[in-house]
Amino acid sequence: MRVMATGTTGAVTPAGPEDLDALLTSGPPATSWRRMVRRFAANRLALVGLIVLIILALAAIAAPLITPASYDDTRFVADTYAFPSAAHWFGVDAVGRDFFSRNVYAIRVSLAIGFGAAVISTLIGIPLGALAGYFGGAVDWIIGRVLEVFQIIPPFLIAILVSTLTNGGIPVLVLIISGTSWMGMCRLVRADMLAMREEDFVLAARALGVNQFRIIVRHLLPNAMGPILVAFSLTIPAAIVVEAGLSVLGAGVNPPTPSWGGMIAEGLSYVSYYWFLELFPVLLLTITILSLSFVGDGLRDALDPTTK
Amino acid sequence: MARYLLVRVGSLLVSVVAATLVVFIIMHAIPGGPFDAEKAPLTADQLAVINRFYGLDQPLPVQYLKFLWGAFHLQFGYSYSDPGETIAQLLARVWPISAFAGGMGVLLGVTAGILLGVAAALNRNTWIDYVATFIGILTITVPPFVVSLGLILVFGVLLRWFPVSGWNGPATWVLPILAYSTIPLGPVLRYTRSSMLEMAGRPYVTVARAKGLSARRVVIRHIFRNALRPIITITLPILPGVMTGSIFVEFFFSVPGLGQYFVTSIFKRDYPMELALIFIITILYSVIFVITDVLYVLLDPRVRLAEGAAGA
Repeated sequence: MRVMATGTTGAVTPAGPEDLDALLTSGPPATSWRRMVRRFAANRLALVGLIVLIILALAAIAAPLITPASYDDTRFVADTYAFPSAAHWFGVDAVGRDFFSRNVYAIRVSLAIGFGAAVISTLIGIPLGALAGYFGGAVDWIIGRVLEVFQIIPPFLIAILVSTLTNGGIPVLVLIISGTSWMGMCRLVRADMLAMREEDFVLAARALGVNQFRIIVRHLLPNAMGPILVAFSLTIPAAIVVEAGLSVLGAGVNPPTPSWGGMIAEGLSYVSYYWFLELFPVLLLTITILSLSFVGDGLRDALDPTTK
Repeated sequence: MARYLLVRVGSLLVSVVAATLVVFIIMHAIPGGPFDAEKAPLTADQLAVINRFYGLDQPLPVQYLKFLWGAFHLQFGYSYSDPGETIAQLLARVWPISAFAGGMGVLLGVTAGILLGVAAALNRNTWIDYVATFIGILTITVPPFVVSLGLILVFGVLLRWFPVSGWNGPATWVLPILAYSTIPLGPVLRYTRSSMLEMAGRPYVTVARAKGLSARRVVIRHIFRNALRPIITITLPILPGVMTGSIFVEFFFSVPGLGQYFVTSIFKRDYPMELALIFIITILYSVIFVITDVLYVLLDPRVRLAEGAAGA
């Protein structure tokens, strides 16, 4: 590609070495991606959140390497309820499992469920929202009613109901939790579609005879990617909270799979004395949720700094 | 307005029926009935008598319609697990506790949110602003579930200032109400702050100051008043959830309120109880939505009632 330089007369002349030099030394183009990354990096909370998240993820991946035992290994039976010490960083739980190990493996469970539920929510929410927003009319009405039903019934109750039906198992749990969080994504995409469908470029595409679905997928959705990404990253902590809540009530993951919610429920009866059985799951859960939320907020502010 | 209300009431009825129908179907789809796990195993005859007494031998559509008919008359029948009193009596006994805790919590949270929001707005970009905003972010992000646990660990176990369970006497009220207060605090704080900041830039404020009114008078009588209206409309939708008892707050603090029944009635297959609860909460939400919409129009004359305002 030949670089052209336009002078003040409007005449186009081939670029000379000085022009190229100017181009090369002015630094990378300030594309919108770069600006967004810069804004994100300037947000201290978001950065801290991101770092913590990376540490958590690494801990989850390297779990077998950094823990003295597996999450269901009850070999410390002689030391049940042992307080935190050098040998057991988080103490020992009621049946002789190293509590630190359990908590670390719980990171895996929570992150996996949170991420999985967010993915499925998105897969459900985007198509429904796009159809509702773009086509409007009857389609919008039907999807609107479905949305309403899911919102009026406390989603949590439905989650408990269905999970009692199916007794646990992580894949099912992920599906159930997605059922409680797809509505946000759907509403968002619908609103974006409504806003964008009157734009000129859509009109142009239609005039050219482009198929409606192709318009949605190839033209409209990519423009909605920013908010979709933000909604996705904020769905993850919400899903983790739902999972923890379900596990506290006994409708979540089945023991011995470690879950902070389950540990919280178990430790509640002894919290006045064996405080560590309650403290560490709560702490880790809080840190995970906060860091995910800060990153999500950071993404949102980076994408659209006008909303502050 | 009348036409709008009519449409909304109709919509409310549809929502209530839809919600209760869905829950009814799911509950009956769950394997196991309410009397399987009885302490003494029942013979087939005894089971048949019980089923007939509670109307469980009737076809499902009939059962549902009977429930619906009774519900609209506020007669929900007897709970399967505590047949000593009707569900209506049980609710009348237990709901006020949840409503009290939730109501006080919302009151506290909204007040604190407004105060902090105003302080943040008036002292923009000072440490007051940063601290207040941070509190706002925390309370929005951290769910009441986690807040309750945090309160228990800090104030109950570490400092031992307050008891962590039970509901007898003001000392046991403190922590649950604090937990509830974090629910509205975040949104109200954030909204108050941004709303006041936005108002402060408006021409009418400049006019007021130019007229010679003191800053304080301008802030209180003009900026704050106008910012207050929308705060009401954000707070209202929070009420139904909070005042029917957050499941987790009540669970962790052992508050004998309504929240526990939401969960136990599912586990015990207590159909009438569960359906009654869903019915009530659905109606509450729908009514609050309508009230919020109407209030919004009344408070802000620039807003017209949109036809498709539902679910916005």
